[in-house]
Formats: sequence, C-alpha cells, structure tokens
Amino acid sequence: MGATIHLQREPFDAAAETAALTRSRTDIGAVVAFTGICRGAEDGAPIAALTLEHYPGMAEAEIARHVEEAQSRWALLGVTVIHRYGRIAPGEPIVLVLTASSHRHDAFAAAEFLMDYLKTRAPFWKQVEAAGKASWVESKQSDDTAAERWSAAPSRRRDAAE
Amino acid sequence: MKLLYFAWVRERVGKPQEDVELPASVATVGDLMAWLAQRGDEYAHAFENPKIIRAAIDRAHVRPDTAIAGAREIAFFPPMTGG
Repeated sequence: MGATIHLQREPFDAAAETAALTRSRTDIGAVVAFTGICRGAEDGAPIAALTLEHYPGMAEAEIARHVEEAQSRWALLGVTVIHRYGRIAPGEPIVLVLTASSHRHDAFAAAEFLMDYLKTRAPFWKQVEAAGKASWVESKQSDDTAAERWSAAPSRRRDAAE
Repeated sequence: MKLLYFAWVRERVGKPQEDVELPASVATVGDLMAWLAQRGDEYAHAFENPKIIRAAIDRAHVRPDTAIAGAREIAFFPPMTGG
C-alpha cells in the first residue's frame, strides 16, 4: 500500500490532507491525525521561531522506512506524513501524521509509533531563535525512551500471526 | 569519499560537505571520526565527544563499528530533534 510523504517549506492544511486521504473511501472507519505545532515559549521563555534543518534524501528515505514498518505492524488503509523544514513561527504547524484503518486501535498505535520514530530517527534538527540568539535543541531522553518501547512491544498483528 | 555535516557538527566544521581521500587505516565510522578530529581545531571541536555524534552511510543510520568500505556518502550529525 502506498503512502503520502511530503517534505516541504510551506505550511500544510491538516483538514484538507484528511479529506484527501479519505475521499471516495468507505472501507476506512478511523483516522487519527497528529499535528505538531511550534510553541511560543520554551521553559517559560518566549521564542521568536524555530528553524528546522534536514538531510535531504535521507529524511524521505527514513520516513518511508518507518511508514513501511507501521504498515507491516498494523492494518492500515492509508498513511500521510508531512514534515516541514526552514523557519517556522510560533503557532504554525511543523509535522502532520495521518493514519487510517478500519478500527481505531491500529490508527492510534501507528500514529504514535510514527511520531515516536520521527522524533528520534528522522534526520531533522531544530534550532530555537530566542532573545536574538540561535541555539540547537538538545535531544530528550524521554523521546528515546518513547521510541525504544516499540522495539520491545510486539504489535497485536504480530501476536495474531504467531 | 563524500562527507556531509549537519546542524552543530556542520557549524563547528565550518562547511556542509567535502570530498576527502582516506588512508587505508580508516576502516570504520569510529576510525573516521578519530581521523577527522585530528584535521584541525574546528574538527577537534566538532568531534570532541564522538559518543554523541550520529552517523549515516548512504542515507541509513549506522553504528561507530560499521565498516565504511564501499560507502559513497557518509554523514555526521547530532542526535535528531525532529517531529
């Protein structure tokens, strides 16, 4: 099954992407939509913007690999991943993950899996502009822990096959 | 060999990419980081803590003990912070 994967500088419209994913489909019974948004403050200090750097070529390939893994672990009927790069102002969207399935469990689990992997494995780096200075965001141990749990927990689908 | 640098590794090295001729003694990703660290102050700064630097060969994540033989493109970068 194919998937829609876009890396782009421009903002996206989550509602329009959801409509495109489900158009003319009557097999889909659940869509989970996650939108990551640029916060206006970090640890209480206001920020002016985020700038996302990425590794062109690898970012697309790495997202595609994880979408394929999600498709093999859960019964998905559609996947859309959009990740922006460049300068992003507070309130603007950064990332969109849409997962569609017949029943909600697969869509919820796959969306969470994809986001956990995007955070720790997709080659993107955030720089924060605040008080006239730019600084690189440090990776969080909590994000690594969130991603690692997926390699420990077999999916429902794999259980059923065994 | 084409080398690519991203985020603060790129800033510290001072360039986004370069082509290098590697001595035969550089066999693994870890060897390459140690070799790069000796190329000057900017490289020493970028690779001062190689344990936290991540690497990719031909656009796939690799570990420091991965052999570099046959690689076309090797990238070095900090832990990722996307999403």
